[in-house]
Amino acid sequence: MSRTHRIFVPADSAALALGADALVTAIAAEASRRQVAVQIVRTGSRGMHWLEPLVEVQTDEGRIGYGPVSAEDVASLFEAGWLEGGAHARRIGAPELQPFMARQTRWTFERCGIIDPLSWDDFVAHGGGQALAQARLQGAEATLAAIIESGLRGRGGAGFPAGIKWRTVRETQANIRYVVCNADEGDAGTFADRMLMEGDPLALIEGMAICGFVVGARKGFIYIRSEYPRAIQVLEQALELARTRGLLAECDIELRIGAGSYVCGEETALLESLEGKRGQVRAKPPLPAHAGLFGKPTVVNNVLTLATVPSILLRGAAAYAALGHGRSRGTMPIQLAGNIRHGGLFEAAFGISLAELVDDIGGGTASGRPVRAVQVGGPLGAYFPRALFDTPLDYEAFTARDGLVGHGGIVVFDETVDMLRQARFAMEFCAAESCGKCTPCRVGSVRGMEVVDKIIAGRDVDSNLALLEDLCHTLRLGSLCALGGFVPFPVLSALRHFPQDFHRP
Amino acid sequence: MAWDVRKAAEIIEAHRHLDGPALPVLRALQDAFGYLPEEATTQVAEALNISRAEVHGVISFYHDFRRAPVGRTSLKLCRAEACQAMGADELASEACAQLGTSWHGTTADGRVTLEPVFCLGLCSVAPAALVGDELVGRANWPRLAAALEKCGR
Ligand SMILES: Cc1cc2nc3c(=O)[nH]c(=O)nc-3n(C[C@H](O)[C@H](O)[C@H](O)COP(=O)(O)O)c2cc1C
Ligand code: SF4
Ligand code: FES
Repeated sequence: MSRTHRIFVPADSAALALGADALVTAIAAEASRRQVAVQIVRTGSRGMHWLEPLVEVQTDEGRIGYGPVSAEDVASLFEAGWLEGGAHARRIGAPELQPFMARQTRWTFERCGIIDPLSWDDFVAHGGGQALAQARLQGAEATLAAIIESGLRGRGGAGFPAGIKWRTVRETQANIRYVVCNADEGDAGTFADRMLMEGDPLALIEGMAICGFVVGARKGFIYIRSEYPRAIQVLEQALELARTRGLLAECDIELRIGAGSYVCGEETALLESLEGKRGQVRAKPPLPAHAGLFGKPTVVNNVLTLATVPSILLRGAAAYAALGHGRSRGTMPIQLAGNIRHGGLFEAAFGISLAELVDDIGGGTASGRPVRAVQVGGPLGAYFPRALFDTPLDYEAFTARDGLVGHGGIVVFDETVDMLRQARFAMEFCAAESCGKCTPCRVGSVRGMEVVDKIIAGRDVDSNLALLEDLCHTLRLGSLCALGGFVPFPVLSALRHFPQDFHRP
Repeated sequence: MAWDVRKAAEIIEAHRHLDGPALPVLRALQDAFGYLPEEATTQVAEALNISRAEVHGVISFYHDFRRAPVGRTSLKLCRAEACQAMGADELASEACAQLGTSWHGTTADGRVTLEPVFCLGLCSVAPAALVGDELVGRANWPRLAAALEKCGR
């Protein structure tokens, strides 16, 4: 008697980048050589990236994980009887019992890594589609009330309450309204949007459909960066699937690909880009909620904001709002990146401390050297030293310490990092990505680079440091958007917390 | 591929119905021809009924659009912070030395163009690269060379 064994192998970019496709070929070949019937299901990633490729087999006791698995391990895994969960050096047991998983509170990433992202049956079996059905049943007003009650704030960085934005668009008089999903995810150290789009794209699509229903939009756009080829591929197929299954009945969604500009993640630059123009930031007012895409009222929300909506409606706004810290309610998908032992995606209620994230959950550095600094919130986020590791993940708590939660990326650096070089990079990045609209940003960032170069060369260090502080002050006050306005965060935090790197003999 | 007015017209036609068609049109043209020569600016401007200056402005604004031909395979190395924390700068120096070129440059044999990229979303398995259409995590020179080898022949 033979049965077909189900094997799950992620097709998430992180797994692909570590050889998941070659592994699938090797598993299929070995199975056929042994004449065992296997069905290989491609999933998203669970988020434990140090274990990728993490393969799971369906056993009578549930799914058992093996990782990291390379093509060379395959023969010995079959030998060990892995299809029945046999012992092997790579066996980790049930993935959800790993401490990294067990400590999480998953709402946004509920299904990611578990389901086949392009299987409608999987989606439905895990609650997919029910939130939209519920919204249609209870109506737009009640659905909007639930989103407001949940306290959900935008996950793209600015943390603006999602429900309030939706209400503004809903109440603005217009014949056409739009929903735009910001999938530009330009911040280094972040990949949650990518993982979600690759691992559970229908969650995002359902969230957008609900948003469209609530605000009365008949057309939506997903603006995704070109640096995400795999996510683009998955989304294209998922949109087709959603269309045939009636998920887009009220509001159709079109995928648009960016062209390698960081500032196009800023919502008004994104809208310009969608209209086919240079990605230059617009002055506000008007807010996009009043006059956005093609001058029409537009909701612009991050991928995670929209993808969390279905689970909030199903599991309850009050339950979501009960999680969190201060005015930061619910959960945040945190991304552990850079020089870290246990890197990946960790979704937790707001309030968890940096120390817990970096040391306990992340396990310290990958290099084994002491952690010296972390940068939280992308290229415009501050560098924090160990002394600030007691900061809880909370928008206001980070602001109070001149930092940013941003999109929830934490990049870890070990003691070999040169903070002066990091400060230069921040200026260099701002100069390269400036949209050119305001002088402080366009000219000031280039000037900032030159000044840091003089400090690196050891020329008039004290007066150049004063000049740098001055420049940062001008950037902060004279910039139209947060690219120029926030670049002082990484620069000044490096200077303030690591002064020794700026004063070398 | 050399510019082909008829083929370009077909590509433009296939996208011009979109709302705000400029970016999708330019991307499709670059995908087909490898880069966007002067002829592209003129033809797109005429077809979309906008000025040449506008089209030029769009092409020059976005890092993805190229105005000159490149090598057969692109090697994109991430230069952003999470990769820096894992030795991306050193890896870039080595890649430059091994390929005998620098950023945006193409190897003497015309095979490989080295391009910087700022984050591939592989920040937890840094340093990261995109070789042709293959993603590489925990990149080092031997792994990049092996990936190039696969694209190259
Ligand atoms: C320079 C710059 C880059 C940004 N990049 C992104 C991005 O890649 N993704 C994103 O969702 N928001 C980004 N934002 C924030 C957006 O402007 C906007 O606040 C967000 O899309 C709103 O959605 P949310 O309320 O759901 O967060 C960026 C802002 C600035 C100033
Ligand atoms: S701060 Fe920089 S990126 Fe932002 S609007 Fe001004 S010039 Fe453009
Ligand atoms: S910083 Fe290099 S992949 Fe994200």
